[in-house]
Amino acid sequence: MNQKKLSISTAILVCASFILIVTAWFSPALAARDTIQIVGSSTVYPFSITVAEHLGKKGFKTPKVESTGTGGGFKLFCAGVGETHPDISNASRAIKDSEKETCALNGVKDIIEVKIGYDGIVLAVSKKGQPMDLTTKDIFLAIAKQVPDPKEEGKIIPNPYKTWKDINPNFPNIKIEIYGPPPTSGTRDAFLELAMESGAKSFTFLKEMAKKDEKQFKSIAHTIREDGAYIDAGENDNLIVQKLDGNPKALGIFGFSFLDQNQDKIQGCSINGAKPTFENIASGSYPLARPLFFYVKKAHVGVIPGIKEYVEEFLSERAIGDNGYLTQKGLIPLPKEEREKVRNTVKGQL
Amino acid sequence: MNRPSRIPTADIVRRSLPRRYKKERRFLIYGALSIVVCFLFLGIFFSGIFRMGWRAFFETRIKLPIYLDPELILPYNIKESDYGLVISQSLQRFFPDVTSRQEKRELSKLLGAGVEEVLKEFVIKHPEAVGSAVEIWLPAGDGINLINKGVISKERAIQAGLVTEGILQKFEQLSSDGRVSTGFNSRFFTSGDSHTPSMAGIGGAIVGSFYLMVVTFFLSFPIGVGAAIYLEECAPKSRLTDIIDININNLTAVPSIIFGLIGLAIFLNFFKLPRSSPLVGGLVLSLMTIPVIVIASKSALKSVPPSIREAALGVGASKIQTIFHHVVPLALPGMFTGAILGMARAVGETAPLLMVGMVAFVVDIPKKLMDPASALPVQIYLWSDQPDRAFNEKAAAAIIVLIFFMIAMNSAAIFLRKKYERKY
Repeated sequence: MNQKKLSISTAILVCASFILIVTAWFSPALAARDTIQIVGSSTVYPFSITVAEHLGKKGFKTPKVESTGTGGGFKLFCAGVGETHPDISNASRAIKDSEKETCALNGVKDIIEVKIGYDGIVLAVSKKGQPMDLTTKDIFLAIAKQVPDPKEEGKIIPNPYKTWKDINPNFPNIKIEIYGPPPTSGTRDAFLELAMESGAKSFTFLKEMAKKDEKQFKSIAHTIREDGAYIDAGENDNLIVQKLDGNPKALGIFGFSFLDQNQDKIQGCSINGAKPTFENIASGSYPLARPLFFYVKKAHVGVIPGIKEYVEEFLSERAIGDNGYLTQKGLIPLPKEEREKVRNTVKGQL
Repeated sequence: MNRPSRIPTADIVRRSLPRRYKKERRFLIYGALSIVVCFLFLGIFFSGIFRMGWRAFFETRIKLPIYLDPELILPYNIKESDYGLVISQSLQRFFPDVTSRQEKRELSKLLGAGVEEVLKEFVIKHPEAVGSAVEIWLPAGDGINLINKGVISKERAIQAGLVTEGILQKFEQLSSDGRVSTGFNSRFFTSGDSHTPSMAGIGGAIVGSFYLMVVTFFLSFPIGVGAAIYLEECAPKSRLTDIIDININNLTAVPSIIFGLIGLAIFLNFFKLPRSSPLVGGLVLSLMTIPVIVIASKSALKSVPPSIREAALGVGASKIQTIFHHVVPLALPGMFTGAILGMARAVGETAPLLMVGMVAFVVDIPKKLMDPASALPVQIYLWSDQPDRAFNEKAAAAIIVLIFFMIAMNSAAIFLRKKYERKY
């Protein structure tokens, strides 16, 4: 018994000392942070970590990158100035006015916007399936919850289309089945804006509605059907690729880099006549291309070491140039003049 | 016997017997079948993961003569020399027929994206070799690696743009010269996360998970056991303790993401502890584990027969002496079992860590509890979401390691129970 008594008291002693050590650790937490904190879009994440690692090899601490989604990133980014808040937020769309207001309310006034390149959103099918030549109008009709009545001009009805043939007699007679990103994703925001809005505007009365009553227009163009034809596949784009591989009749919506990496399994559908290729997205002839950004908190520059160097490395020719390491990872670069321009404006702001 | 219309009970029973036997046999078959189904799913899961993951423990290496040019590697600047240039020059010397810019760029895909680091480590270890040509084994490029290990066929790899025809020819030439080998990938266990699959490892994640476990255990075990001892042995049985009991039971059923939200609100926003640190992660996981430990400890205390307490009190021990000298030592194996099972659940959690910022890209291996860190399940989640094909097998390999940890922890729990459990 004596031995056991001893072991219990040692256990209590060890625990107590551990708690003491932990409390002693609280103080250095308040000392200066020397690791850059980056949050935001999962689309920019692979590019961001690559630059972070290059910075780490230059003698700085490797920045920590969290993939929170664009909206989640801004929420953290705009929460305030100081070490407990992130320094940089990645975004697959430009910052919204509402987000800027939240930022300003919390004292985050100076934000530097850095445009880094483009990403294409692709609609892809399995290699075993048949790629379709879609228009944004077809996409709108296939995905929207409410669509214009084909029989009566100006009337909105619940989406009646069950198969692709219903939309356009030239399409195959297969069920509409589309795997896409969930509402938290920046890819979904961009998709709604680029594909659905432009598809909706191909109807004249909706186009006029967009001018007069933007709110009502958005409620039509941005509401996705909930009858099972559109399937939320979660944030994991690899999962969508796997599902397409197993189901040749389904379409998937995701970022261009996933098409690029899986060209042996899936193929992209052309949209308004343009195939989703590197060249078409860079030249702007592919309609579903969106710019990618990151945002820097100016108040942190010079306080947290390495922010300036991170931005410079990101914008350097060896990263986002035509043959840069980010370009090889699937980022579609800005045209050369625009790169120069971004570089100069950012340099002036830092 | 005068009333033949009446059938004797024994006959009724006898007649129904075959039906009852059949029913019994049917039930046994159903039971066996459900076990078979369970094992079938488990088998599918394990075979899928192992088939994909075991190859990540190995890497393809290529032996190349590298000329350590003293003009490029300056003795006073060994750490910051341009090793990429050293390698590309040596590659060109080795393949003199490659001349066009396009081909030269492709040639770099023969080797993994992190070879500069490997060469740098070599030069730091052997500074005397600068100025001479050395034969070094370097990790092969991702495409080559996948083909050599048989993950992907040559045709598909070319289709997917992982390698080009030219590179494959060079690789086959090297292979016939005996300059290619496959070896154990120890870097996978020692290095942190990386954007290049060939350099990425779970070292940082393992250290992060270890810190999480340490914090969780040292916080939740004393608190959980203390609460259980008080509730079971000391607290008066009243309505209040009943309510506390019910609430502790309910806590074990709370979805883990909720604990993450609590952690975000309290530890990060109120106490201003650093985001992504294993300390905060461990605090959150402790919140999750405490109720599990309380319940397990309470049932362990309950299983100690009252005769032990009565005997101790009978020879003059005080209440506290009875508890700490007699009851708790007997209940300790059960408490440890509960703690290990609770920890095994915690080590596999990602959802609560997401809220406190541990789902992050962390390269540097954390040195103290305040450093940013990730954890094993988080690493799996992050890799499975990467577009790069070679990360898939890394994720599967990390799953194998995580499963191994789980099995080890659960076996430890069973071992403890079997070895120290007392039957009364």
